Amino acid sequence: MVILQVNGSAHPVDLDSDVPLLWVLRDELRLTGTKYGCGVAQCGACTVLLDGRAMRSCAAPAAGLEGRSIVTIEGASGKVAEAVQDAWRRLDVAQCGYCQSGQIMSAIALLSEIPQPKDTDIDAAMAGNVCRCATYVRIRAAIHDAARTVRS
Amino acid sequence: MLTRRRFLGSSALAGAALLIGFRIDPRPAAAADEALEPNAFVRIAPDNSVTIIGKHIEMGQGSYTGLATILAEELDADWSQIRVEPAPANAERYNNLLWGPMQGTGGSTAMANSWEQLRRAGATARAVLVAAAARDWGVPASEITVDRGVVSHAPSGRRATFGDLVPRAKGLVPPAQVALKDPKDFKLVGKKLPRLDGKAKTDGSAQFTLDVSLPGMLTALIARPPLFGATVKSVEETATRRVKGVTHVVRVPSGVAVVATSFWAARKGREALRVTWDEGGAERRGSDDLYAQYRALARRPGKVARRDGDPEAGFRRAAKIVEAYYEFPYLAHAPMETLDAVIRLGPDGCEVWAGSQIPTVDQQVVARVLGLSPAKVRINTMLAGGSFGRRATPNGDVAGEVAAIAKAIGGDKPVKLVWAREDDLQGGRYRPLYVHRLRAGLDARGDIVAWEHRIVGQSITKGTLFESATIKNGIDTTSVEGASSPYAMPNLSVDLHTTDVGVPVLWWRSVGSSHTAFSTETFLDEVAHAANRDPLDLRRALLLKHPRHLAALDLAADKAGFREPLPPGRARGIGLHESFGSVVAQIAEVSLRPDGLPKVERVTCAVDCGTAINPDIVRAQMEGGIGYGLAAAMWSEITLVKGRVQQRNFDTYRPLRITEMPAVDVHIVPTGAAPTGVGEPGVPPIAPAVANALFHLTGQRVHKLPFARLAAAGTRTI
Repeated sequence: MVILQVNGSAHPVDLDSDVPLLWVLRDELRLTGTKYGCGVAQCGACTVLLDGRAMRSCAAPAAGLEGRSIVTIEGASGKVAEAVQDAWRRLDVAQCGYCQSGQIMSAIALLSEIPQPKDTDIDAAMAGNVCRCATYVRIRAAIHDAARTVRS
Repeated sequence: MLTRRRFLGSSALAGAALLIGFRIDPRPAAAADEALEPNAFVRIAPDNSVTIIGKHIEMGQGSYTGLATILAEELDADWSQIRVEPAPANAERYNNLLWGPMQGTGGSTAMANSWEQLRRAGATARAVLVAAAARDWGVPASEITVDRGVVSHAPSGRRATFGDLVPRAKGLVPPAQVALKDPKDFKLVGKKLPRLDGKAKTDGSAQFTLDVSLPGMLTALIARPPLFGATVKSVEETATRRVKGVTHVVRVPSGVAVVATSFWAARKGREALRVTWDEGGAERRGSDDLYAQYRALARRPGKVARRDGDPEAGFRRAAKIVEAYYEFPYLAHAPMETLDAVIRLGPDGCEVWAGSQIPTVDQQVVARVLGLSPAKVRINTMLAGGSFGRRATPNGDVAGEVAAIAKAIGGDKPVKLVWAREDDLQGGRYRPLYVHRLRAGLDARGDIVAWEHRIVGQSITKGTLFESATIKNGIDTTSVEGASSPYAMPNLSVDLHTTDVGVPVLWWRSVGSSHTAFSTETFLDEVAHAANRDPLDLRRALLLKHPRHLAALDLAADKAGFREPLPPGRARGIGLHESFGSVVAQIAEVSLRPDGLPKVERVTCAVDCGTAINPDIVRAQMEGGIGYGLAAAMWSEITLVKGRVQQRNFDTYRPLRITEMPAVDVHIVPTGAAPTGVGEPGVPPIAPAVANALFHLTGQRVHKLPFARLAAAGTRTI
């Protein structure tokens, strides 16, 4: 039995030793906003916040995460998260939308660390998140937009 | 969208009668029997909600928002009262009008085939509401106006919402004839309306097939053959059965299915499985073998697809002949959501959840596998996490697999089939590998007097239910569409060799234009250079009879400042192409990466797609089409060595990342014509535009895609 702290609550779960966090979130806790895209930390669709930093949940064994703070898209909250989600909606970033939970979690992590990111900061923080619809133009614009909202 | 808790709660309670059509909006829909349904496409409820029934799948292209806009326009509804739900599989009510008796989304047809239909549906619904108000208020219908969801009679000052009128409108017979709006009176069409799925796709609540969860549901993965055409010889499953959570190991036509209580257990179970394959009938050729065989074929004439004038005579009198061979690799679609489907068998039929582009096919395939009549197969169309053509299989591959698994395990529990990313990239149904040979004859003045475009590759539709509609006189139109079009050449031929290879193929966003645009547009630049002509001027001279192409090209060139000087190390290139009725011109501004590959700095795009129903979605589709096309141009190739696919995941099948995405400016050609498509036409021009720019930087022509092969071959010339 392992107790995971997800979105502010404690979730006791029985785990196989190697099951990645992604599948615990999806199959055990039914938090399906976090997506499977590659299973090898190459695409970022599974991005969640671990102690406030972006992490690929598909390649991280859940058993090692006891006591850490895990936040998924369902638990995204606060000024930065709201600014990001609001910017995403106003700019209509999403197309198919499948990768966008991961994109948004990476953007929240970026703005939490660097409130006024330059394009190079955005490149560095977002390069691990693939969007096959190629919504990247709007992702970049929405991050700048959210940064302005947070600043004001 | 149903919340997770409500979703699970209703699942548990509703049992066999469960209906899990998803909704875009969290507000509960009114019971159907209280609502007004004036036709198959709209339901107006007493709570004043207006639900549009979307016959085309939403896979990112904005179809739901576009469909709703068309209908809401003629209904004079307020955008805030609009919701969308997917249509059930019903080919009589919801067929694609351009496809005949089949319900489906593809070929960038959603708006084009719905424009008249949904305008009429909206106007009919409006007429019913107006008639109800006229009768209720005792006033002439002609004095009633409707604006943003409010029905008014100015002389008497009476007003009602749609919801108020629903009880009074029930039972009224919709009129057979309705007047449609003058486009100058449009209030929603042509405006930037927010996407109806925007909120659900930013808070994690959007429901894709992968997110469907049913009581007792099992998850399945299939061990698939390492070679296309190999079959199962024997299975050693002892280790698999020892994996905690594995419940079944069953043979299905496409391999061996491992079924378990979770994805992870199924995955581990599949890893432990030992399958011996019979590779006797398998395809063993590699990409290099195919390129060599296709190049040899390209030296001989193929079946004639198009012939204008007398090309042989033109070549005989040419003062100069330019020739080039092109190589295009197999491409995977690689949507972010891998293929998946859920099935539940009941005592009297079954229910399927899938993000399929062709529900009619899925319905028939599942019915056939399970021995049911198609009417007993209920299809719930989910949001699709991308598709790019992959979810439009003529044989309903994924639905057939999940049905076969359910049948094999006895059907006592719902099953979700998931393709892992490795299955997606290695499991076939690729854009075919092609070789093109182009030749042009120039006279002494540099005019093009002969032009020959030869294509070698597999047919996408041969042997499928689309064969009769697409293969004429031995020519698969999807193999040659867009070739050397639309330029005015006096003596032109397009011919085709159709090959037989055991690699399953499929349409890939923009289909034939995904390769024909590249060879046409880059070879034209090459010919312009050989003739000492300016590539823009030459195109303009060859397009005099094509005003839409000319207008799009001029708009893109003007907005890009095509004639203005660039800083050193930068160059511009042109790509122009018509596909699916839309014309797109792109000017790429390119610099060089340290490895000699192109870095695309900026793309200026002009699109003529007829009436732009939602200009912001048109822009988004151009931006996305450019990114998708650029990913393929830069990096993508599925390669085979002795029949084995070499790529397994996104580390080897490299996608485009944000660091490689250019700035994009999109300009829409103003036109009052009926809408055409935007899902695909943004893709074809980008690769040739970049290649043409690259030539100006390096002096090197690109004849093989992806560009990454340039660096790999060490052929950089700078």
